[in-house]
Amino acid sequence: MKNKKNLLAFPYLLWSAGFIIIPLCMIFFYGFTDKTNRFTFANVVSIVEGENLKALGISILLALIATLICVLLSYPLAYILSGSGMKQSGFMIFVFILPMWMNFLLRTLAWQTLLEKNGVINMILHFLHLPVLNIINTPYAIVLGMVYNFLPFMILPLYNALSKIDPSVIEAARDLGANSFQTFVNVIFPLSIPGLISGITMVSVPALTTFVISDMLGGGKILLIGNVIEQEFKQANNWHVGSGLSIVLMLFILLAMGLTAKYDKEGGSYF
Amino acid sequence: MKATLKKLYVLLILLLLYAPIITLVVLSFNASKTRAKWGGFTMKWYASLFRNEQVMNALYTTLLLALLSALIATLIGTAAAIAMNSMQAKIKMYFTAVTNIPMLNADIVTGISLMLLFLAIDATFGFPTVLLAHITFNIPYVILSVLPKMKQTNRSVYEAALDLGATPAYAFFKVVFPDILPGVIAGFFLSFTMSLDDFIITHFAKGPGLDTLSTKIYTEVKKGIKPEMYALSTLMFLTVLILIILVNYIPNIQKEKNLKENTRYEKGMVH
Repeated sequence: MKNKKNLLAFPYLLWSAGFIIIPLCMIFFYGFTDKTNRFTFANVVSIVEGENLKALGISILLALIATLICVLLSYPLAYILSGSGMKQSGFMIFVFILPMWMNFLLRTLAWQTLLEKNGVINMILHFLHLPVLNIINTPYAIVLGMVYNFLPFMILPLYNALSKIDPSVIEAARDLGANSFQTFVNVIFPLSIPGLISGITMVSVPALTTFVISDMLGGGKILLIGNVIEQEFKQANNWHVGSGLSIVLMLFILLAMGLTAKYDKEGGSYF
Repeated sequence: MKATLKKLYVLLILLLLYAPIITLVVLSFNASKTRAKWGGFTMKWYASLFRNEQVMNALYTTLLLALLSALIATLIGTAAAIAMNSMQAKIKMYFTAVTNIPMLNADIVTGISLMLLFLAIDATFGFPTVLLAHITFNIPYVILSVLPKMKQTNRSVYEAALDLGATPAYAFFKVVFPDILPGVIAGFFLSFTMSLDDFIITHFAKGPGLDTLSTKIYTEVKKGIKPEMYALSTLMFLTVLILIILVNYIPNIQKEKNLKENTRYEKGMVH
């Protein structure tokens, strides 16, 4: 009976082996060989070459800033939404996810229109006699694009974690004499950490690896590590170097996940 | 005061999220061909949209791809989730790990790995390769939607059905399937959405000549976007908006109606 039921997973077993495991192995194969199929570390080590290292550095920096801004913007929002009435907050969450239904490339493109020298935002700023904003084709525009695109990935898990907190726990803290600040630091925040962690992972991985946002809002002048890899595959046709750099990228993703998972555990035992 | 501040904050975030969407909707009515200038109100892009063969082809490809990949992923994923629920721990570990890989890995790495696979087996890059790629990244969404529902099902009800003489298949479809159906439907729609919005993986799995809406927009960004794209995205956004409102509110209205009728019965108003 049990073995018979396992048969249902057989198609997925084949599928996952063919389209998940083998392709990953191919990246490692190409990453560690040269054009004559001989073993080499050169592709992976090429990450320390000037251009590549610079791209990786900028990517990490921008991804960190974007993730931090997402946390700072989303936390109060999720907190407010989770505190409002149940029926209304479900609707509000829907309102915050709805923008994701418009094509993500077009939404990013719209920021070009908004941020341009004579764009909408500058027209409004000019009208209000405020200094104009010249951030299109700069790293600032890329960070804005990242924050804009990945913000819902932070809002959702935070909202889920915060709205699951049992109100009686908060009441208990207040009854025991904690003021609202102490209640937040000692009760609400620790309970929201799992949501925070998954939000950070969901924002930082796509931010670290994007090449579309930097392409559209950076004016092609700022290369992120995603741009470098994309060009190795689509323009230079150098799959070996591209794979080598992808392996480095995967190491960073694993590192980020390991760090957040570790912090998650420590956080759990601390409080 | 505090409540006003909270509302103001929520409004500001909403403005950030909706500014590009409003921009795109406004641009779809802009008579001028460039994004930088307002040339007066027009509906002509909506009219020429349906005559633009390239855009219509991309739309057809996108929808067909989303429908097929979501359907196949739902079949494979649901079967796998049913089996995973009662699997021995060791085998289950493989399936859990393999499900997490595409979810946690960067899209660019998933895309590249599939591209390398298709190159290795000398496949022609086109609709079939893109379809295989979309099914691959969709299956995890189905599994993650169905598995929690599967865990909630009560095994003894299924066993009771067997004791009462039902065949395993009949018992499954009569007893278990209705319980997990919401998860299956959620997985299907999630897959459909992910496929509709994907750019990065499609970018690496497609060949020349085939375009989805996303890849079409990406190439047009460099040459100048045709205003028909704004019209199409506005129409798609409205369609989704209306669909979601219908799906969310019709059951509620129905429920309220039933509730009203029930209370009327109780009060003896209707006989």
